[in-house]
Amino acid sequence: MNDFPWLTILIVIPLLGAVATAALPAGHRLELPKQVALGTSVLTLALSVVMSFGYELDGGFQFTEDHTWIKAFGAHYALGVDGLGLLMVLLTTVLVPIVIGASWYDADPGATLKLDDEASTTRHTKAFFAWALALEALSIAVFSATDVFLFYVAFEATLIPAYFLVGGFGGNLRRKAAVKFLIYQLAGGLVMLASVIGLYVVSAGRGTPSYLFTDLQGITIDPGTQKWLFIGFFVAFAIKAPLFPVHTWLPDTTEQATTGTSVLLVCILDKIGAYGMLRFCLGLLPDGSQWATPVVITLAVISIVYGSLVALGQDDILRLFGFMSVSHFGLIVLGIFLLTSQGGSGAVLYMVNHGLSTAALFLVAGFLIKRRGTASIRAMGGVEKVAPVLGGLFLVFCLAALSLPGLSPFVSEILVIIAAFQHQWWVGAIVVTVIVTTAWYLLWMYQRTMTGPELIGGRAAETRDLDRREVGTLAPLFVGLIVFGFFPMPLLKVINPFVDDTLQHVGVHDPAPTVAIAPAQPGSTQGGQQ
Amino acid sequence: MIALATNDSFVTPHIAYGSLWPILVIFGAACVGVLVEAFLPRQWRYVAQFGLTLGAMVVALVGVGFVANGLPELGGGAARGLFGSEGTVALDGPTMFMWGLVLVFGLGGVLLFAERHVEGGVSAFAGQAAALPGTESERRTQALDHTEVYPLLLFAVGGMMLFPASGDLLTMFVALEVLSLPLYLLSGLARRRRLLSQEAAMKYFLLGAFSSGFFLYGVALIYGYAGSMDFGAINEAVSNNAGNQTLLVIGMGMLTVGLLFKVGAAPFQAWMPDVYQGAPTAVTAFMAAATKAAAFGAMLRLFYVAFGSARWTWQPMLWVIAILTMVVGTVLALVQSDMKRMLAYSSVAHTGFLLTGVLGLQGSDEIHPGQITSLQAVMFYLVTYGLTTLGAFAVTALVRDSAGEQSTILRWAGLGKHSPVVAGVFALFLLGMAGIPLTSGFTGKWAVFEVALAAGAWPVVIVAVLASAAAAFFYVRVIVVMYFHEPESDSAYVAHPSVLTATTVGVTAAATVALGILPGPVLDLARTAGEFIR
Repeated sequence: MNDFPWLTILIVIPLLGAVATAALPAGHRLELPKQVALGTSVLTLALSVVMSFGYELDGGFQFTEDHTWIKAFGAHYALGVDGLGLLMVLLTTVLVPIVIGASWYDADPGATLKLDDEASTTRHTKAFFAWALALEALSIAVFSATDVFLFYVAFEATLIPAYFLVGGFGGNLRRKAAVKFLIYQLAGGLVMLASVIGLYVVSAGRGTPSYLFTDLQGITIDPGTQKWLFIGFFVAFAIKAPLFPVHTWLPDTTEQATTGTSVLLVCILDKIGAYGMLRFCLGLLPDGSQWATPVVITLAVISIVYGSLVALGQDDILRLFGFMSVSHFGLIVLGIFLLTSQGGSGAVLYMVNHGLSTAALFLVAGFLIKRRGTASIRAMGGVEKVAPVLGGLFLVFCLAALSLPGLSPFVSEILVIIAAFQHQWWVGAIVVTVIVTTAWYLLWMYQRTMTGPELIGGRAAETRDLDRREVGTLAPLFVGLIVFGFFPMPLLKVINPFVDDTLQHVGVHDPAPTVAIAPAQPGSTQGGQQ
Repeated sequence: MIALATNDSFVTPHIAYGSLWPILVIFGAACVGVLVEAFLPRQWRYVAQFGLTLGAMVVALVGVGFVANGLPELGGGAARGLFGSEGTVALDGPTMFMWGLVLVFGLGGVLLFAERHVEGGVSAFAGQAAALPGTESERRTQALDHTEVYPLLLFAVGGMMLFPASGDLLTMFVALEVLSLPLYLLSGLARRRRLLSQEAAMKYFLLGAFSSGFFLYGVALIYGYAGSMDFGAINEAVSNNAGNQTLLVIGMGMLTVGLLFKVGAAPFQAWMPDVYQGAPTAVTAFMAAATKAAAFGAMLRLFYVAFGSARWTWQPMLWVIAILTMVVGTVLALVQSDMKRMLAYSSVAHTGFLLTGVLGLQGSDEIHPGQITSLQAVMFYLVTYGLTTLGAFAVTALVRDSAGEQSTILRWAGLGKHSPVVAGVFALFLLGMAGIPLTSGFTGKWAVFEVALAAGAWPVVIVAVLASAAAAFFYVRVIVVMYFHEPESDSAYVAHPSVLTATTVGVTAAATVALGILPGPVLDLARTAGEFIR
């Protein structure tokens, strides 16, 4: 069964679906292309679930395929997933059908999210669904590529669908947001290109040039070169993640894009940043990663605090979520670069949980904004009374995002924070404040939008409770947040072998388990010893 | 290589007709074309000239394939080839590659030249070049078709084939002039906006003549240094450190100026936007792709063969020129509002990327097995860039309003809505030029950056990636205008092309995708071409 090209099929099916969606006649109310798109994404989900039953814990890269692609470049068409890759592929295949369902009418001609959006009557509705499927295919390729060249190609190619999704559908300033998004990403990608080429030069110097991940892991790169290569990779992934100070594209983009696009960007594409740091920075450049750890941890801590403080001051719900994501991505990056198994597992788990909880928040906020005609917190109030289901789900998802125990993000956040305390007590002390500030801005937002004596603001007549389609799209996320809140072990079982492998490659050992016995600075000496 | 007659008896020169004949076909057809123009009645000339030109190019292209297969191996298979006509023409693998490339661009050019659908039954060239703009005689000759352009095109193609094949400096200079003179004329023959076109031709001619002067002066100085025009002899003199080094350095600089002018490197790029904008778009398309290919072919031969041993003299100079060219091209392209001017400055930036590949020359002992060479990378980039540019200009010729071609970028608003196919293809070309993966531009960039990095030119590579990032902005801006702006009443429309333009656009678009996904065959072809012969 392992020779079956599962991953290629997972890439090809959404791609074919995208072509079919774009080529189909519009039909009655544009239903046919949408149904094809939804069907394709559900089929992809089903196949990915079937595939994961064949996954063996502790098995390293699985479902591998390897064909020579461009011989002169040493590039292979090589696919395979380990624990991290598998979870990211599953996250992608779960979220895409949800996004397609939730965005069913969002791309129709004349449909607007906010009252003051210009109503474009000439937009290509089919294109939204086709691009979403193309993005799914390319994201799966990114998460399953085991060849650096293939990874890079897919990494950059994801920008094209993302760009057309942001630029074609959304608020009035979407074109500007799309260009900003693209330029940031391209700049990062091209800096990374220098490092990718550098890897080729290094690998050619050791014999036959090869971009295979396993081949590259086998060669020792001298520490000086590793530092330069690390910088190239890290800049690209920091922009993608995004990390302070290259985060500014994210709030602009989430504010202007449709909420469905935001989910695809924040919950799937941005994960590539953290994924890349784990896979390539830690996996290929252990010395470079250890060398950069202090700077990266500092940037991550700034992101965490800065993102949450700026979120406090936002009036636009979607911008607020953008800054919230900056803060949460800071936690993920921090967890990765603490270089302990606790931090690493917490970070990977957070990647999954953040995907679920933020997707839920964006989608429910989208439903809210469509009803109210505005994204301004100040202009809302009293929605709860008119739409109790909407209000209730909104509250649950806010609680998940602020890491209430019992909901899945809690487990991951607490793992990262414990690891931070073990690293340096003051890092932990700074980071722990994020629990307070996140609760502050999310609950404050909830209070101002949902509670209050009466409904205020525009589109009052259209403010009804969620319909069956909307509840249906949120239900899987709701279930996921609760189930993984109480039973995170299935996820951790997949994650832990990957984290252990990676840390072993970096050459670090966890600090002694009990802080009391360890000498004064338990974490600070781990880097240098190998 | 030059056979010296030791006594008074006449020695038959060795020409190697068997390998030289593709270029002779082109020049022969050009001469026949001139006769056709003189003797055939006007109504038959279009068909005759078009058929003759197309036929000659196809025959020559097939011939290049046969000749390339029959080249003898030299130096244990590292290079293949022989010298023709007493050492003045080097017929080796890279020459054959460049010949094929120039002929492919020539074929694209002739298809665009022959397009008569877009202008409503006449070609895009002035009916009578001598008729003054705005006069009665211009109006009288308006319905005529200018068919001299076909022999001119053939002469230019012939010169471009000879340029990278030159075995000595004098042949190189002759080839430079043979390729340039027809281009000066062609630039001034636009049917619409004739004054702009004539101004472009004048500028191109004056600056081109000036740069030829530099080149010729360089030839003289190098002759003074090495005592020979022959590249092999110059290389020998350079390796032996013989002669006056000052002569060598100044002469090398002068020759470089002449070549940098042709490829449009900063600070010799000033003619490009004016000429690209003023010339008929079909001419611009051909010129942008083919001149650059031929001139880079010649530059590679000059630097690698004649001055290969003086690498440490010219490499630092190219570092500076490459960085300057990329920065100037990118920054100036950012502020353009006219499509053809923007593409011209983008062409300057691409010249910088190509120079990045040229300066990545490494000795054969430094190259690891399996690693791509600088020659291979530059030739591959020329393929990808040339085809994409040809296609992009071909599409530009189709976007029009009532006054002819409309190349103001803002007038392209909403093109994606009412002409999705043309806008989609143009977006593909732009993404290709921006170097987005899965297009040919990416694989090309990867190749030239790799050789530069392997040669230790990391500062140039860093500037190159930053310039690529900035360049993406102006390519993407066009996509924004085409797709995300609503059509307006004065927006341009797309004229329906005949099968000629459609073929060119279709083939170049297919190549842009194919070379992005599966560049292997062309890279292998560039590899089997091997090294230059000395």
